[in-house]
Amino acid sequence: MATRLAPKELMKQPERLAPGHRLCAGCGASIVVRQMLAAIDEPVVISNATGCLEVATTIYPYTSWRVPWIHNAFENSASTISGVEAAYRSLVRQGKMEEKDVKFIGFGGDGGTYDIGLQALSGAVERGHQMLYVCYDNGAYMNTGIQRSSATPFGAHTTTSPAGKKIPGKQQFRKDLTRIMAAHDIPYVGQAAPSKWRDLMEKTRKAVNCGGPAFMNVLSSCNRGWRHATDETLEITQLGVDTCYWPLYEVEDGEWRLTYKPREKLPIEEWLKRQGRFRHLFKPQNRHLIDEKQEEIDRKWEELLERCGEA
Amino acid sequence: MSKLEALTGNAAVANAMRQINPDVVAAYPITPQTSTVQTFSEFVADGLVDTEFVTVESEHSAMSACVGASAAGARVMTATSANGLALMWEIVYIAASNRCPIVMSLVNRALSAPINIHCDHSDVMGMRDSGWIILMSENGQEAYDSMVQAVRIGEHPDVLLPVAVCQDGFITSHALERVELLEDEEVQDFIGTYAPQWSLLDLDNPKTYGPLDFYDYYYEHKRQQVEAMENAHGVIAEIADEFGKKFGRSYGYLEEYRMDDADVVVVAANSTAGTARTAVDDLRDEGLKVGLLKLRVFRPFPAKELAEALSSAEAIAVLDRSISFGSMDNSGPLFTELAAALALQGVNVPIADYVYGLGGRDIAPGEIERVYRETLEMAETGESRGVTYLGVRE
Repeated sequence: MATRLAPKELMKQPERLAPGHRLCAGCGASIVVRQMLAAIDEPVVISNATGCLEVATTIYPYTSWRVPWIHNAFENSASTISGVEAAYRSLVRQGKMEEKDVKFIGFGGDGGTYDIGLQALSGAVERGHQMLYVCYDNGAYMNTGIQRSSATPFGAHTTTSPAGKKIPGKQQFRKDLTRIMAAHDIPYVGQAAPSKWRDLMEKTRKAVNCGGPAFMNVLSSCNRGWRHATDETLEITQLGVDTCYWPLYEVEDGEWRLTYKPREKLPIEEWLKRQGRFRHLFKPQNRHLIDEKQEEIDRKWEELLERCGEA
Repeated sequence: MSKLEALTGNAAVANAMRQINPDVVAAYPITPQTSTVQTFSEFVADGLVDTEFVTVESEHSAMSACVGASAAGARVMTATSANGLALMWEIVYIAASNRCPIVMSLVNRALSAPINIHCDHSDVMGMRDSGWIILMSENGQEAYDSMVQAVRIGEHPDVLLPVAVCQDGFITSHALERVELLEDEEVQDFIGTYAPQWSLLDLDNPKTYGPLDFYDYYYEHKRQQVEAMENAHGVIAEIADEFGKKFGRSYGYLEEYRMDDADVVVVAANSTAGTARTAVDDLRDEGLKVGLLKLRVFRPFPAKELAEALSSAEAIAVLDRSISFGSMDNSGPLFTELAAALALQGVNVPIADYVYGLGGRDIAPGEIERVYRETLEMAETGESRGVTYLGVRE
């Protein structure tokens, strides 16, 4: 019997990511990782792309990981875990190792996933490895000091898309990686957020039990880059969900399903105004950018509702 | 009992891979390595191996998957050439630094640009500081034998380093030659089973691989790689010796050909050693005292053995199939390293470098004869000469 997804039961689960790591106070990544790993009862083996989660949890000679864990490089978390999974299948098939229903998970940030690691991820899921790849998407290269990635939201100030006198932050809308991964026609793709913990954990369970490659894109706040107080992480994450900037949905064997519909779809301003990275958008000369952003979010939301049969 | 077969160098290597029966192979096609993975994939398709064959989308992912699989305790192999190796580059270093005993067949080809699919050694020379053990092969037979030995060398507990087994693209990779294959059981008995001390799949004893390693430990870890490389020196000889005793084909760091009373010696690696042998025979017929020193182990560099073998020569010429641009005299890497080794070992012999055969430019015995004649002249004058670009249109 799988552990019931109830706080009373879950708090009995041993922590797989030990405390004492050096992620910032209020970092979304460790919340995401702990929630996801608590949802999995089976043994896990993890690969981790270069990034905050990696550098802050494994400063030699210390490690926060109580499960087998490997970091190889930045762009190859997916190909590395595909090699681990291939080794496992080979060793089990040859009788060199006992089968133990091991779950193979690759973690990477948005830089390591949307950008430099996209090819390795695409290749790994196309090959059909039994693995879950998790992108913790904080919308920039936070580890190197908040540079823009293709996941950075339109208009955001980053250190390589600064809000200047002429150019008001990032000029492009973000890449829709979840949809790209759904286009791979793999058994499971999910988009989630740690502010809806049960949804995130249920999706994690489905993902690791789907019998093939799975992908999850999880919104993960970085208060250093987003510019908000450290105790506002989940509140602001949920505003991302309720403004439909970050809809929660899944694609299971090609079936699109909305897993959460905000009672009231909030205007995007509600999310933007809580974060320093969007402050410049509220200057009178930049207000039109908020309108453009709202239009894009509405368009994508309508499209998603249609795909999910909710239109 | 060996089996005689007519095989290309690539087919010989693919057969070594079949007999080794690695747990995981991750590879990507690139000329001139392609026929190795093609042949191997037939073995997979026909169920002749137990290997999980990971058909990755790039060489970068090939080496990445190899590192993951090796950390997971699997016996792992790959194969590539030139630009493929260049794309792997980042992970080539990580494989060695994480002490993953991966075996790679490297079919030497010129690096771009301009793009060129033919042989030179610019690919392997670029990985010379990466921490891999590098073995060179004159022909398919040597590549085959070294692949079998490479498994043992890399997995040796005192070594735990990846091994690249080189042969010349097209010249030997695609040439049909007489190759003696060992029996499958002989190979299996020789390599034994792989029992890694640590594994990512040891679920009860979780390990962290590839942590962040700062100024307080990184340096020591690099120093340990040096120790592993030093250990490899002895292990390579031990395993070659065991191989020779069992199967009758002997290997060392070097191979000497007609060097006993040689006044001048040419140093060469890979297939050109075969061509040089012909030149030596022809010149010996003329009564000229010439010899050949073939380099089999490039990493770890056998400096002492080279100096000892060359100590009684009156002049030496190095054949370099690549250029180290901007190096001393714009010579080849083999030359600069050998010249330094001789100087440090106190062997004061005139020496010259001949860069040749770039991008697959053919080298004929006549050209090597020219090298010998010029080296004989150098022995007379007693003065080292710089680099000569053999066979180039100036």
